[in-house]
Amino acid sequence: MANLRDHMGRPIVAVTGIGVVTSLGVGKADNWAALTSGKSGIHPITRFPVDQLNTRISGMVDFLPSSSKGASHLTYELAETAAQEAVSEAGLDSGDFGGPLFLASPPVELDWADRFSLYNSDKQEAGAERLLRVARGLKELDVFETTQFGSIADRLADRFGTRGLPITLSTACASGATAIQLGVEAIRRGECDKALSIGADGSATAEALIRFSLLSALSTHNDIPEKASKPFSKDRDGFVLAEGSGALVLESLEAALARGATILGIMRGCGEKADDFHRTRSKPDGSPAIAAVRAALADAGLSEDEIDYVNAHGTSTPENDKMEHLSLSTVFGERIGSMPISSNKSMIGHTLSAAGAVEAAFSLMTMRESVIPPTINYDNPDPAIVLDVVPNKKRNAEVGTVLSNSFGFGGQNTCLVMAREPV
Amino acid sequence: MSSPHDVVITGIGLVSSLGEGPDAHWQKLTQPGFQPVLDAARFAPYTIHPLPEIDWNLQIAKRGDQRQMETWQRLGTYAAGLALDDAGIKGNDELCTTMDMVVAAGGGERDEAVDAAILAASESRNDRDVLLNEKLTTELRPTLFLAQLSNLLAGNISIVHKVTGSSRTFMGEEGAGVAAVETAAARIRSGQSTHVLVGGAFQTEHSDMLLGYELAGYLHRGPWKPVWQRQGAEGGGVVTGSGGAFLVLEQREHAKNRGRKIYAELGPVVSGRARRRQGELNSEIAALLKQAQLPDGDLLTISAASGAHAATAAEKAVLDANPALAARAFSTLTGHMKEAQFPFAVALAALAVDRKAPYPVFDATVERPFEGAPNSVLATAIGYHQFEGLGLVKAA
Repeated sequence: MANLRDHMGRPIVAVTGIGVVTSLGVGKADNWAALTSGKSGIHPITRFPVDQLNTRISGMVDFLPSSSKGASHLTYELAETAAQEAVSEAGLDSGDFGGPLFLASPPVELDWADRFSLYNSDKQEAGAERLLRVARGLKELDVFETTQFGSIADRLADRFGTRGLPITLSTACASGATAIQLGVEAIRRGECDKALSIGADGSATAEALIRFSLLSALSTHNDIPEKASKPFSKDRDGFVLAEGSGALVLESLEAALARGATILGIMRGCGEKADDFHRTRSKPDGSPAIAAVRAALADAGLSEDEIDYVNAHGTSTPENDKMEHLSLSTVFGERIGSMPISSNKSMIGHTLSAAGAVEAAFSLMTMRESVIPPTINYDNPDPAIVLDVVPNKKRNAEVGTVLSNSFGFGGQNTCLVMAREPV
Repeated sequence: MSSPHDVVITGIGLVSSLGEGPDAHWQKLTQPGFQPVLDAARFAPYTIHPLPEIDWNLQIAKRGDQRQMETWQRLGTYAAGLALDDAGIKGNDELCTTMDMVVAAGGGERDEAVDAAILAASESRNDRDVLLNEKLTTELRPTLFLAQLSNLLAGNISIVHKVTGSSRTFMGEEGAGVAAVETAAARIRSGQSTHVLVGGAFQTEHSDMLLGYELAGYLHRGPWKPVWQRQGAEGGGVVTGSGGAFLVLEQREHAKNRGRKIYAELGPVVSGRARRRQGELNSEIAALLKQAQLPDGDLLTISAASGAHAATAAEKAVLDANPALAARAFSTLTGHMKEAQFPFAVALAALAVDRKAPYPVFDATVERPFEGAPNSVLATAIGYHQFEGLGLVKAA
């Protein structure tokens, strides 16, 4: 009989359902096949014209019915699709989930397509005055809903029958991990025995791309799209904007075992630490990232030498990968050179609000399948970053524990520790 | 019976058209017949409650930091600073680095001039996507993106005030404010946090912030009226205001050990999601009242009612059915501050408990007098469109 409480006396949290969508496809099977064969989902942008743009590639999800319907609709469909897969796998009623919902999703704004259409439906006045006047004559709530930060979660709550007020959150690139952390914490506090945590991001609009470009955050290696994301390489030049979703059904181990559910993995620990240095750059000494990793290990009750593999944040920006190497080598010491550390983003790009959840899903599959997905495009190693990045080809390996890192703009750092088996 | 893990309120930071800080708000709100500060001209036909004069330097010392933000983030960072000061935490490195934070946020301000130019050009161009690329790549200020990101209010609070224990941003109008307070309190009760900064801000003096309501026709038009009296008037009933509210929530033992003044205890905080289209709102509010473990007898109730016709009518019906509840809809005097509504309501409730005095009626035709010192005060936030929550504030 497994322990049902962890080292701090809290209920152990198990994962009983996993769902994922990325530019590599819908569902775990397609994604895992592509990921372990080193296939990239990065491709030329076709959703909008790329005139004037320095970056013309992305990891957009272009194959869903909502892919051309704007950020809010696509984010909803991504979330719903991943959640449906996770809830089905967990064997739960997908219309009556019965636990809380935690959704990591991008901040919403009125889409330009709607702005143009509202504005050009009238001729009187100009600018904001015209938009406001047209707005108050609208008879439908569709456009309004796309501008409400709580609407996607509200729809998901209806769709899956989740309980209570759904929480929509943003911790930038750490959002997906935060959604999982909130679910874990709610179960540990005894507020519920299951939770649905989703990270979803379908916000790769022209404006989003331009904004990141203006911050010099994006790769401009447009010529061979699948080669653009090259974490830990010397010639890395930015991340690749991408879309996707990941969903986990979290349950107390006790409740999961009691209903005979298959345990897909254990959420052992979560750690976070905010950075106060700069809006887009991290503290030069890496102390916040270091503290977040250490907090996750402490929360998990594991020492540094009990982590088998690191699922890196690995964005492929010059800054992140350097900082992630610094913080990992500080925490893990000499062992860092021989620990496998790979970046899923080399293949799927940076799915922003979804990344932490997508990568947690892949981390759990890494343990279950005993296969570590590679870091592809590792042809030109950065000599300042000596890591075993599982270069270019998957590796078969027994993996019992994973650390997954998420570090965000605005200084929000969240790390998750997962294990294959209960203690 | 008090317990060491009780949640107590030790810091309050408030900004609205009424001024800044708990004292200014208490003085104005307890003046019988106090008239709101209104601007009916700038965004006509909409009336708003504008920000007061603020010297940002008082809470955001570096000009460089101020320049990286637009008004919304400045306002939130400023209100957060007021709360930290009030709790004696600002500038205390040890307390700041171990402090958790949950911010309720919407988005920041877009560049209205760039947007207007793109819209104007769209009248004579069919290749609007190309137009967008042309204009946005050349006219957007690079750092404006950071001023728009929801999580960067929390980011700026970390940078300016050095609050770095953890940082979470909840999004979703009033519900985000409810969930932020509820989650912060749950963390403290379970021993996960000893002290948490929680709150939000809303800057309404920007056309997009009004558009966010008006796409569903939620804004009140025509002459200003108190919140409860807008049914049937032109428009949708919401009059917005700029403002912010941050609270320092603390474990009772932690506050006592550092000898801090305690405003009040934060009792049960409950939240819900009525399926309003199915007519569930009245019964959901009633159910939340049952869950909130209200004390017997008359109860002063600080309502964050927005004036939105359906939600405000539902709240009023439930309040009317519970004659012990003496409501005060503060948005009559401050305007609706979206994500900040619930933290603001909890702050006003804590002030009444601390000062052992009620607020006079804000609307004599609907609200009824309350006599005596309130030992407990209820705070409500029924979202103008979705999500609901309540919290009970008690004498420390």
